[in-house]
Amino acid sequence: MSVLLQVDDLRVAFATRHGTVEALRGVSLRLDAGETLGIVGESGSGKSVTALAMMRLLDQAGRITGGSIHFRGQDITRAGRDIMRPLRGAAMSMIFQNPRAALNPIRQVGLQIADVLRAHRPLAAREARDQALELLRAVQIRDPERRLDAYPHELSGGMSQRVMIAMAIACEPSLLIADEPTTGLDVTTQQTVMELLAEITARRGMALALITHDLGLAARYCQRIAVMEQGLLVEEAPPARLFGAPGHAYTRRLVAASPTRHSTVQSLVGAAPLPPPPPRPAGPPLLMVTRLGKSFGPGAPAVDDVSFSLSAGESLGLVGESGSGKSTISRLICRLLDQDAGGIKLDGEEIGLVPAARFHRHAKRRDIQLVFQDAGESLNPRFTAAESIADPLRNLLGLRDRAELRRRAAEFAARCGLEAALLDRFPHQLSGGQRARVGIARAIAAGPRLLVLDEPTAALDVSVQAVVLHLLDQLRRETGLAFLFVSHDLNVVRMMCERTMVLQGGRVVEEGHSAQVFAAPQAPYTAALLAAIPHFEPVA
Amino acid sequence: MASAPALFGVVVFTFLLMRVLPGDPAVFFASGPNAGEAEIQAIRVQMGLDKPIPEQLVRYLWDIGHGRLGRSMGTGQPVTVDLANRLPASLELTFTALLLALCCALPLGIGAALAPNSLLDHGVRLLCTLGVCVPTFVSGLLFIYAFYYLAGVAPDPTGRIDIFASQPPTLTGFLLVDAALAGDWEAWHSAASQLVLPACTMALFVLAPLARMTRASMLAVLTSDFVRTGDALGLSRRRVVLVYALRNALLPVITIMGIVFSTMLGANVLVEKVFSWPGVASYALDALLASDYAPVQGFVLLMALIFVAVNLLVDLLYGLADPRVSVA
Amino acid sequence: MNATLRHAAWVLRGNPVTLAAGLGVLALALVALLGPSLVAYDPIASNVPQALQPPSAAHWFGTDQLGRDVFSRVVVATRLDLAIAASAVTLSFAVGAVGGAFCGYAGGRLDRWVGRFVDVLMAFPLFVLAMALVAALGNRVENIIYATAIINLPFYVRFARAEVNVRRNQGWVEAARCAGNSHASVVLRFLLPNVLPAMAVQVSLNLGWAILNAAGLSFLGLGVRPPTPEWGILVAEGARFITTGKWWLVVCPGGALMFAVLCFNLLGDGLRDILDPRLRT
Repeated sequence: MSVLLQVDDLRVAFATRHGTVEALRGVSLRLDAGETLGIVGESGSGKSVTALAMMRLLDQAGRITGGSIHFRGQDITRAGRDIMRPLRGAAMSMIFQNPRAALNPIRQVGLQIADVLRAHRPLAAREARDQALELLRAVQIRDPERRLDAYPHELSGGMSQRVMIAMAIACEPSLLIADEPTTGLDVTTQQTVMELLAEITARRGMALALITHDLGLAARYCQRIAVMEQGLLVEEAPPARLFGAPGHAYTRRLVAASPTRHSTVQSLVGAAPLPPPPPRPAGPPLLMVTRLGKSFGPGAPAVDDVSFSLSAGESLGLVGESGSGKSTISRLICRLLDQDAGGIKLDGEEIGLVPAARFHRHAKRRDIQLVFQDAGESLNPRFTAAESIADPLRNLLGLRDRAELRRRAAEFAARCGLEAALLDRFPHQLSGGQRARVGIARAIAAGPRLLVLDEPTAALDVSVQAVVLHLLDQLRRETGLAFLFVSHDLNVVRMMCERTMVLQGGRVVEEGHSAQVFAAPQAPYTAALLAAIPHFEPVA
Repeated sequence: MASAPALFGVVVFTFLLMRVLPGDPAVFFASGPNAGEAEIQAIRVQMGLDKPIPEQLVRYLWDIGHGRLGRSMGTGQPVTVDLANRLPASLELTFTALLLALCCALPLGIGAALAPNSLLDHGVRLLCTLGVCVPTFVSGLLFIYAFYYLAGVAPDPTGRIDIFASQPPTLTGFLLVDAALAGDWEAWHSAASQLVLPACTMALFVLAPLARMTRASMLAVLTSDFVRTGDALGLSRRRVVLVYALRNALLPVITIMGIVFSTMLGANVLVEKVFSWPGVASYALDALLASDYAPVQGFVLLMALIFVAVNLLVDLLYGLADPRVSVA
Repeated sequence: MNATLRHAAWVLRGNPVTLAAGLGVLALALVALLGPSLVAYDPIASNVPQALQPPSAAHWFGTDQLGRDVFSRVVVATRLDLAIAASAVTLSFAVGAVGGAFCGYAGGRLDRWVGRFVDVLMAFPLFVLAMALVAALGNRVENIIYATAIINLPFYVRFARAEVNVRRNQGWVEAARCAGNSHASVVLRFLLPNVLPAMAVQVSLNLGWAILNAAGLSFLGLGVRPPTPEWGILVAEGARFITTGKWWLVVCPGGALMFAVLCFNLLGDGLRDILDPRLRT
């Protein structure tokens, strides 16, 4: 095998307002022709910077301060545009996260593919168009003749990524760098796009560098995996060895924190396993949802005839892809939106009849609270952590005494593992995990009986997610809160919920005990979802 | 067509204007300031001012629909005729200035965005900052002082053409076009030299916002994902800048063109006054100061009409430039 | 509060231009307050033998056709010009910001209509509208204020609406509702404090614009009447003598006008940079 790309002791620094920040602190890696390498790490680990540096695409603020990059034996560490331009697209290509933004919004995709072809080969417009059509066929786009003249906004996210792949492979490069190519896509779309990418690179003998935060994805599609942490490459090994016997402490933590089909909330943080919460005495259900319906404008309804019930202290998972209506259901139950049809009963009292616009005055307001997807975005930028946590106490319990509010806020913060020293900080001064804790503390402050969690960990790195999930599980064991847990991540739902409901297109396709749903799915859609999750199996 | 209701709004506004204005509308439409009581009474009946307000509004709309905007006391002519005679002067000035401003602002904005923090960039930023602070009536007067009084290169700042030059036959009303069509280059030169200073004054006024917008939108586009894609796949710099970045960067510029144009229509009033330019704005201003309200009303209506036409044009242009917007 | 002041001081040290603009605005405010007591000559009394003198040690900005001291007139005019602009902007800010914020938060049909209307209005030649308003309401100073306020209004409504619109669906607004805040409380305690810093930028930029507009109207002979000293009128009076080379009659009041607008604009730009360095243009 010949060495295609060789990176030695690469250092990259970024100039920021607060001085120079070292993003890469000596990264070395090697990629052979036709090989697939996964580069994994959490946010801030420098994996994307590595990818951009290999293409020499760092923006003006980023500078290579040391080390070297050799491509096919040629030193490109300091190569100018005249040397890089013929290489890019023809010898090394890159595809990006968020494919829709990566395509020129006002140019037909056929022309964009042709642009790449004609940048490297002397082709007439007609020939370029024919080749672009061939490429669209190669990336398995339905109805390619018509798509040739489509604009990016007329394509779905998955389609756009296929077009992006077509552009990247147009001139048969020997190296393809994929930077989080499926992040933000649904799990089933992710699977088809990744299968396509793997097949194309394998058939054409291209080397693939897959940059991802998802260990499972890297394990499934890569021959070797490099783990990065804070600008350093801490470990590199084939997947089996990496997951079976991780050498570096960080890798061990990362592997443990990544949910698999066998992990438990406790195993994620390396704690001793706990028995499942004891079954609650069967009483009248806390929440009864009957035939709920909601549509936004014409077209298929967002929520269609959804019924379920939830007992006190129980945890129910709502699983689905984007457009399944799971977030809408959570907003309806929290009375932030008005439903078109159906009823919502809390403790036997019909709250579905109270308009969402007036629910803030209702006595049941304090019983239902919501934990948001993006904790950072769910905190008022002008409130300190203490003020955010105290806000529901002020409104819902009518507390006005400042010292008392402060004392209670500190108490709830402590329960959520937030240090008292952080209480006077504003959201932008807190880390992602700390913001998530503030959000949870605020939600439990008014003493709710039902907590609706809308993808509470979707925006977090896996290691932070593990800690937050552990905290939520503890809270439920201690307080007997009922959870309605909304997520796209099936493994998380399996760990957190006794019962699971699978949604597709606003309808319930399957409901049952989590163990049962995951072990023996009844609906074909559930089975497809489960099959699409990329797994890695620790060999231990 | 979002601006069509605005046209109606302006019509109603001018109607109210005529009713709210101090004095009796019938007096304004009378033959002259010395009209007798009987004549005014006759006009009142003839104009329907004795009828209820809604009926008056309908009559008013009917009159406007038929181009009856009343008579100007100052010129004694129907307002429609006066406006038609003077509109080309205003449009010639505005279009020349707009063209001038675009020709300077776009290259400057693009150049500055392509070389951030360069000398050009700093120069453009300074120009943008200072440009919005200079009122047209001051910059116009300074131009006159510098080029007419001091340097002596500009002609006397009154009117569209030297009074001794022969007026070219009127075809379009645009002197430059008419003179060129007639092959009368002496007249063309005279008209052009009269036009330069007012056009520059007005161009300077909109140069800053246009350049600023171009620069900002070009900068934003240059850091966008799809420009990075173009770079990552080895497109030539020229193609990335011209086809990928520039075309996208011009979209917001098109959007503000409508606002820029209407700002210029407003600035017209000041520039026409400074340069004694015989356009519709100075006509309306003279009438306004002489309490002659029919021309003012006609002028406001005309502005509304032009405004609707310009917005329609901008919407059409935008629809053509951006496939994400369907031309409805 | 102390931390905020310290932060502002730290930022200003890195932005000398903004600091200078702030000092300029402060100086203008002082001149506006103390105006008449700062000058050596009566700004109204004529002194014909001294007519049309170029700038000298006795008359820093020269004299006009009636022999009045231009410097005194320019200084005294500051109060009127700033007062017109400030009252107009305050009026449109109060109505526009609160109205726009509530509209943007309420959403729905009313919000769409208001948004449409404002967009359309903004594309209309606003200066012409101001002229027409002054004509309709009568040629008085307070009507200049109303006219300027009305043509400024769409900017505030639009701005407040847009700012609130991007925030109303953010998590923290929904969280505020979950925490039992009433709608008024969501707008007043949550949304407006978040929008106000950006609005402050707008106010500063708008003050400059309002000064230009008011001066433009006076230049045309609308609103303020001679012999009241006002920058626009001073320029208009000087305009008659520009072709005979009496430059100081235009340059001095025009310069004062430009200086005021420049200060407010620079301050606005600086504030914007301080609040959001990404917006730097």
